[in-house]
Amino acid sequence: MRVDKAARYTRTHEWVRVEGEQVVSGISDYAQEHLSDIVFVDLPGVGEHFDKGEVYGVVESVKAASDCYMPVAGTIAAVNEELANAPATMNEDPYGAGWMIRFTPDNPDDVAGLMDVATYEQHAAAEGGH
Amino acid sequence: MARKTELYARHEALKGRIIDFAGWMLPVQYPTGPIEEHHTVRKAAGLFDIDHMAQLVVKGPDALAYLQYVTTTDVSKMVMGEARYSPVCYEDGGVVDDVFIYRLPDRYFVAINASNAEKDTRWFKAHIGRFQVTVENVADETYMLALQGPKAEAILQQLTPAKLSEMPYHRGVESTVAGVPTLIGRTGYTGEDGFELYFPCEKATLLWDRIMEAGAPHAIKPIGLAARDSLRFEAKMPLYGQEIGPNLNPIEAGLGWAVAFGKGEFIGRNALLKIRLEGPKRKLVGLEMIERSVPRHGYPIVVGGQAVGEVTTGMFAPTVGRYIALAYVPADMTAIGTEVGVQIRNEVKRAKVVETPFYMPPYRR
Repeated sequence: MRVDKAARYTRTHEWVRVEGEQVVSGISDYAQEHLSDIVFVDLPGVGEHFDKGEVYGVVESVKAASDCYMPVAGTIAAVNEELANAPATMNEDPYGAGWMIRFTPDNPDDVAGLMDVATYEQHAAAEGGH
Repeated sequence: MARKTELYARHEALKGRIIDFAGWMLPVQYPTGPIEEHHTVRKAAGLFDIDHMAQLVVKGPDALAYLQYVTTTDVSKMVMGEARYSPVCYEDGGVVDDVFIYRLPDRYFVAINASNAEKDTRWFKAHIGRFQVTVENVADETYMLALQGPKAEAILQQLTPAKLSEMPYHRGVESTVAGVPTLIGRTGYTGEDGFELYFPCEKATLLWDRIMEAGAPHAIKPIGLAARDSLRFEAKMPLYGQEIGPNLNPIEAGLGWAVAFGKGEFIGRNALLKIRLEGPKRKLVGLEMIERSVPRHGYPIVVGGQAVGEVTTGMFAPTVGRYIALAYVPADMTAIGTEVGVQIRNEVKRAKVVETPFYMPPYRR
């Protein structure tokens, strides 16, 4: 399982990385591996606000549709438009070109409350990870 | 507990992702991934473990008359060695199963769906009646592999004395593969050229390994159930439980070509004739999403706020490169270009009726 050491993680396999005032987020390598080939991504509109745990988007793989949950409360600043034409980027480069949303958190300190890499690796392994 | 096939250890070694499919533990995909597996079959060759499929042997002086009665196709028109598709219907025209019948010198061999194996065996036996035939389920001793793709002939020819280049599509021959007595059918469920192989169960690992070896220079790959579904879907090959079933008949499914009304009495004939004369109320059509999204099995078709039909199969189709579906819609909404809605989660997304099959199999061009 690939991880981004600079990122923090949710129990539902989203990653977040603080970049200046904003937060970038996507799904983890564990999640993309588990979903298998991703064929469609439904992303939110810029300016939409979501609470922590709220469904902000949907990732569809060959086998199923999966909800994506907002890691911490915030307002969408940008979405990765490239994914519409190349959703498989999320399989290939989940922490880089496969990012999903960039948002402004309501409270920047919330990110520190998410799992660090070591904790996330244990969490994924406990779910029967790879 | 689901059953393992003889090749379970191979699937594990290949890191196949195992699921329970119709009571069998089979790989839904290998690490290659379902989309690449799909492309491999269209461009090179793929090997499928389809031992979950079942088979019946029909023998006896009345075998032909019996099969004429139980199936909808005209079995009397089959030449020696032919393999032919047929629905099997209930009296009301609903579908018991769809099968492939092989006409062989001393018997008919009938390939049936895994999920229907027990039901079919009971159904076929229940209709023996006055016919002098025996019906035997030989699934336990028969293994089934499918080798599919444009390189299938070149790969298989290395392992069999049968002259494959002279073998037309939908033909079967009893020969050997890697020395193992095998019924080779030039048939498949992918929309590509290829073969389905029936041979003794205990030879499964031997044949799998020999075919994978012979196929290595042709970039053969093992293929899982997900790609099997996307391949058959693009070619509009129906799947029992989705495009056909007890509440769906062959006429509305677009399988009228496989119903031979002229052959005489058969189970379901009266009901199907009535449906054909009156015209079916709904029909299976192809849909393409205008608004991008993934249509899936069971999603409602919505027109004017009303649910008027249902998606039977839908996906991002790898070869076609679009989001498409097969769906039942009312008979007056089947014209090419007709717009309908597909309810995807809490939204209705626009789609239009398009020509099928989405992918034209090379052997039908």
